[in-house]
Amino acid sequence: MSATLEFERPIQELEIKIDELRKFSREKGIDLTNEITILENRAREVRGAIYGNLNSWQKVLIARHPERPNAYYYIKNLFTDFIELHGDRCFRDDPSVAGGIGRFNGYPVTVISHLKGKDTKENLARNFGMAHPEGYRKAIRLMKQAEKFKRPVIAFIDTPGAYPGMGAEERGQSEAIAKSILTMAALRVPIISVVIGEGGSGGALAFGVGDRILMQEHAVYSVITPEGYASILWKDSSRNREAAEAMKVTAQDLLALGVADQIVPEPLGGAHREPETAADLVGKALTANLNELLGIDADILVANRYKKFRAMGNLDGLIE
Amino acid sequence: MVLEFFRKQKYIAVQPEPVSRDIPEGIWVKCGRCNEIIFSKELDKNCKVCRKCGFHFRASAYERIAMTLDEGTFKEMDVDMLPVNPFQSAEYEEKLQAARKKSGLNEAVVTGEGALQGFEVVIVVMDSTYMMASMGTVAGEKIARAIEAAVEGQKPLIIFSASGGARMQEGILSLMQMAKTVAALDKLEKAGQLYISVLTDPTTGGVSASFAALGDIIIAEPGALIGFAGQRVIEQTIRQKLPEGFQRAEFLKSHGFVDMIVARTELKSTLAKILELHLRGEN
Ligand SMILES: [Zn+2]
Repeated sequence: MSATLEFERPIQELEIKIDELRKFSREKGIDLTNEITILENRAREVRGAIYGNLNSWQKVLIARHPERPNAYYYIKNLFTDFIELHGDRCFRDDPSVAGGIGRFNGYPVTVISHLKGKDTKENLARNFGMAHPEGYRKAIRLMKQAEKFKRPVIAFIDTPGAYPGMGAEERGQSEAIAKSILTMAALRVPIISVVIGEGGSGGALAFGVGDRILMQEHAVYSVITPEGYASILWKDSSRNREAAEAMKVTAQDLLALGVADQIVPEPLGGAHREPETAADLVGKALTANLNELLGIDADILVANRYKKFRAMGNLDGLIE
Repeated sequence: MVLEFFRKQKYIAVQPEPVSRDIPEGIWVKCGRCNEIIFSKELDKNCKVCRKCGFHFRASAYERIAMTLDEGTFKEMDVDMLPVNPFQSAEYEEKLQAARKKSGLNEAVVTGEGALQGFEVVIVVMDSTYMMASMGTVAGEKIARAIEAAVEGQKPLIIFSASGGARMQEGILSLMQMAKTVAALDKLEKAGQLYISVLTDPTTGGVSASFAALGDIIIAEPGALIGFAGQRVIEQTIRQKLPEGFQRAEFLKSHGFVDMIVARTELKSTLAKILELHLRGEN
């Protein structure tokens, strides 16, 4: 573990002790199995207690964890015969967004996703998952293709937000995001959106107009980053913890607000601790939801999607 | 050289906040750009545009409606719909009260039906006096209902956008209003109905990246700030100052994102001409 989060320190200390005991036992030839087992159980307990009781800001940190599996990991583990397709046919290929075709449970699907890098070098190349208009236009192109060939769309969301730069504005960041939302709202094939890390603002919503919105247990999804919220509303970006609570950003919050449809469990300690298990759990959730959606007539599918987003925010019929 | 210097000085001046609103009727107003002293009634008569330099003062929702629709034809929809405070935040409640007092509006969006040179239209106007016309759940709801009214009534839709973006105090629910309003526009699209989007100062964030960007015809007012990201955020990201005119209406037009820039004094007649060209059946 190269990147330990502050609140995971007690777990890390136990793990170091376990390692020391193992080493000692090996070197001196003394049987310490009992002692090690006790410590391992203790570590599991502590991890369970910490992860069972995370606050919103801690969830943000897990969602942004540098070792958290990115969309490529899920694509490689969940789809067979995956072929990545590139470019928006207008300007360039945006490396912050990946898309392509492959099979899910043997069934042809289109995949679109934000794409963060695994290390600093790759993150620089992928602009930390912050897309330019070309990224959204690539996704729009692939979604329309999915509609043409009657393939469901699986969209992975993992971005701090759309990139706020000069080129992005010059090439119509607003128009690209709006068109992506419109394309999804009208698409005549099933769409499942899965938030696998952080979903930030309009850049995330551009892939989020699905028939189902799934969120991993420790994923977050918000209108703006907690830092941005604190600095705009309170002129104090250091109040990010408070902002994360106030905004309601966790998967559990969004399920309660009727925005997320389902929470996909993660292995204890977060997806980064056991990526394979995490992918397996995402796969199971996708299978269940896709099976429900595949039989539905396209007109009804689009009408239901409309109803779903039309009701967003009307909590308990608060509005009239 | 001296002339050059003065000219540069003049252009460096940023567009200040319009001041007309805070000054009681009948008082003189100073133009935000050229410093001309204008009699405020005279300014109102000219659609709140400075006669000397063409500066467009911000207009309130009802001023906009009066400038756009034929007198006495406006029928407001959902007048009494009040904003919701989904997380029961005291801080947000205070802001809503203050916004209500300042603007005299229940929400940042006024919607309704009326006639524009005789053409029946559905109209949506955002008022930046109310919390920078940020889009929360109820603003989104009013806009979606207006779009649905245009679909059902088979009427053209005109939206005057002005917004700082999403209403952050309503968290993720405010973000979802982008999807809600855009999905409603898809119905209008399928109904074959005209949608004219008029971008006024400022149209940014979630509003610029949803319904405002999707007009069949997109008109911008001169000098209006239009863009996705805020200028300060961009400057912090790229660590340099933005050039003069960046994200202004003229910039958007030259980059291909608006059809035309129309001075407010010409707006009503331009809208009427477009509406007439879209008349169906009878000609
Ligand atoms: Zn002037």
